[in-house]
Amino acid sequence: MLEIRNLHARIADDGTEIIRGLNLTVRDGEVAAIMGPNGSGKSTLSYVLAGREDYEVTEGDILYNGHSILEMDPAERAAAGIFLAFQYPMEIPGVATMEFLKTALNAQRKARGEEPLKIPDFLKRVKQAAGSLSMDMAMLKRPLNVGFSGGEKKRAEILQMKLLEPKLCVLDETDSGLDIDALKIVADGVNSLRAPDRSVVVITHYQRLLDFIVPDTVHVLYKGQVIKSGDKSLALELEKHGYAGFIAEAA
Amino acid sequence: MNVSVQPQRTPAENALVEAFAERVASLPGDPSVMLRRDAAIEAIKAGLPTRRIESWHYTDFRRLLAKVPPHDPTAVAAVIAPLVAGSTVLSILNGVSARAPAAFSGVTVRRLEEMLLDGSFAAALEAQGDDDAVGAINAAFAADGYFLDVAAGAAPEAPIEVQNVQAGGQTHVRLPVRVGDGAKVTLVERQTGSGAALVSSISHLDIGEGAEVRWLIVQDQPEDATHLGQFNARLGKDSKLTLFFLNTGGKLVRQEIRVVAAGEGSSFTLRGVNLLAGDSHTDVTMVLDHAVPATVSTEVVRNVVTGRARGVFQGRINVFQVAQKTDAKMACNTLLLSDDGEFSAKPELEIFADDVACGHGATVTEIDRNHLFYLMARGIDEKTARGLLVKAFVAEVIEELDDEALVEPLEAMLDAWFAEHG
Ligand SMILES: Nc1ncnc2c1ncn2[C@@H]1O[C@H](COP(=O)(O)OP(=O)(O)OP(=O)(O)O)[C@@H](O)[C@H]1O
Ligand SMILES: [Mg+2]
Repeated sequence: MLEIRNLHARIADDGTEIIRGLNLTVRDGEVAAIMGPNGSGKSTLSYVLAGREDYEVTEGDILYNGHSILEMDPAERAAAGIFLAFQYPMEIPGVATMEFLKTALNAQRKARGEEPLKIPDFLKRVKQAAGSLSMDMAMLKRPLNVGFSGGEKKRAEILQMKLLEPKLCVLDETDSGLDIDALKIVADGVNSLRAPDRSVVVITHYQRLLDFIVPDTVHVLYKGQVIKSGDKSLALELEKHGYAGFIAEAA
Repeated sequence: MNVSVQPQRTPAENALVEAFAERVASLPGDPSVMLRRDAAIEAIKAGLPTRRIESWHYTDFRRLLAKVPPHDPTAVAAVIAPLVAGSTVLSILNGVSARAPAAFSGVTVRRLEEMLLDGSFAAALEAQGDDDAVGAINAAFAADGYFLDVAAGAAPEAPIEVQNVQAGGQTHVRLPVRVGDGAKVTLVERQTGSGAALVSSISHLDIGEGAEVRWLIVQDQPEDATHLGQFNARLGKDSKLTLFFLNTGGKLVRQEIRVVAAGEGSSFTLRGVNLLAGDSHTDVTMVLDHAVPATVSTEVVRNVVTGRARGVFQGRINVFQVAQKTDAKMACNTLLLSDDGEFSAKPELEIFADDVACGHGATVTEIDRNHLFYLMARGIDEKTARGLLVKAFVAEVIEELDDEALVEPLEAMLDAWFAEHG
């Protein structure tokens, strides 16, 4: 599904390197957790995967199903099935949420050579997805994410993910800001998407989420590199002892 | 003797003076009207305003008014579909008012030509100050238009749409409207056409006590037309005026807005959208007087500028000394889509009262890259994503009209503009 090879990426504006020789492989159907101290480059990695222009890849490659995606813009990557649930979803005043959802869904369908959805079908899908996430349809009448609470924004991200049915889901701290009930709802939402041909990258600081979304692999990111990989027990170890030991080991 | 050096007239000034000499014999008007016309052409002879005149500082009218086509009485303009289906349509085609119903739903209609011929409109042709070039050009040439008298308490259900459709050449019209106490009316002013015309259109709105008026100016002239608009309004006690404008066309556009909150408790809402493309120059200049205590106003103007277009918004709010408890807020926000586009905003508050709440702000931004990334990360291609964001920026203002019948056709015009220029 995903193979990141010796990736180096820097901030386009000032040239500061954030990702410094990162290697990571995620197999089809795998759930990979990425953990790491604040500022280690987890969000940056997610943005680089999604194709954000603020970052420049200077070395290495990202292969998605065997093909490099470095030349693709964010819309092309999304249409190819890559989805990023943002750590901080943006509020976009004036863009109606429903209109946005319809445009996004149909843009991706078009890119895949499919017909646009008929309005009733579209509404049915949205209602169903919103229902499963305990989201009020009234919220979707508002401009995109505007005035949504932290937890509502995270749910709205998962709603989009359910509608768009991506193949590679990257969740950047989707658990932060969620109350315990919402956490379960969101985790159920993610688990319901688990499939042999769909992979999930979960970026998180907390074992709590990984109790609900049980990962196949866990990777520790530090200073822009994966310094340790393991199975789900690695997360439990981190929970107990923190990062210090691994950082010392890597140094 | 005081000899002032008269600069040589520009081709446009000459063309205006010559056009007047040619047309004067056929322009409607009793002697009192013709006197006003003479005074107006004398003002034009003295020179159109330049940047040195404060109210024209960002629009060097003398230089920018390049072409003055001759009047073409044979040109044919046709009625267009109204913005809102079911509106009562009053059309002015190539400067001549079509036959209109004399009265409907409490509204009495007169052709302006009659009021020029009988002289009853003479006083209204008086220039408003020595920088009133739009007034002067219009007073010299105005040949027709409509006078609408909305009876007290009348509330016509359908909007009234006045269509000023030019067909090239020159079109100069007037639109005086009196709204009686307690009346409620929506008026759509369409400024459109098909030629490289010189158009001037002046309206005077007098709003009675407790009356409510919604007035929409929708200007989509062809890209080689000159459009000079002037909207004047006087608000009676406890009356409400919502003025909306949309400028999406014209080569040289000057839209003046002069509003006097003359009755206590009156409120004025201005919402405007300028969609500027090509090498057009569009100037919206507002002067608002809060002349009595306890009046409220808010003004929001949103501009989208692309190509080499230039835009201007001058908003001047005068709060008179007696006008305590005035509440006035003005904002002008611009989205620049090209490096060569330009927008000048000049908000001004002149406050002589001490117990007031007034504020203004002006911003110029580009499309938010983060927002663009978010939309694209959901698979929306760059062009569509930009379109959504630009539309969002102006649609907010349109949606404030809070009336689907108006919002929908206006957003359709936005979409059409974006399809062409976005
Ligand atoms: N656009 C940017 N401009 C300046 N600094 C940046 C930018 N993007 C990332 N950084 C810096 O790069 C480093 C990595 O940031 P990143 O957001 O990827 O960390 P993170 O691992 O997601 O942290 P957290 O756990 O706090 O979310 C930080 O020091 C951050 O300040
Ligand atoms: Mg982060």
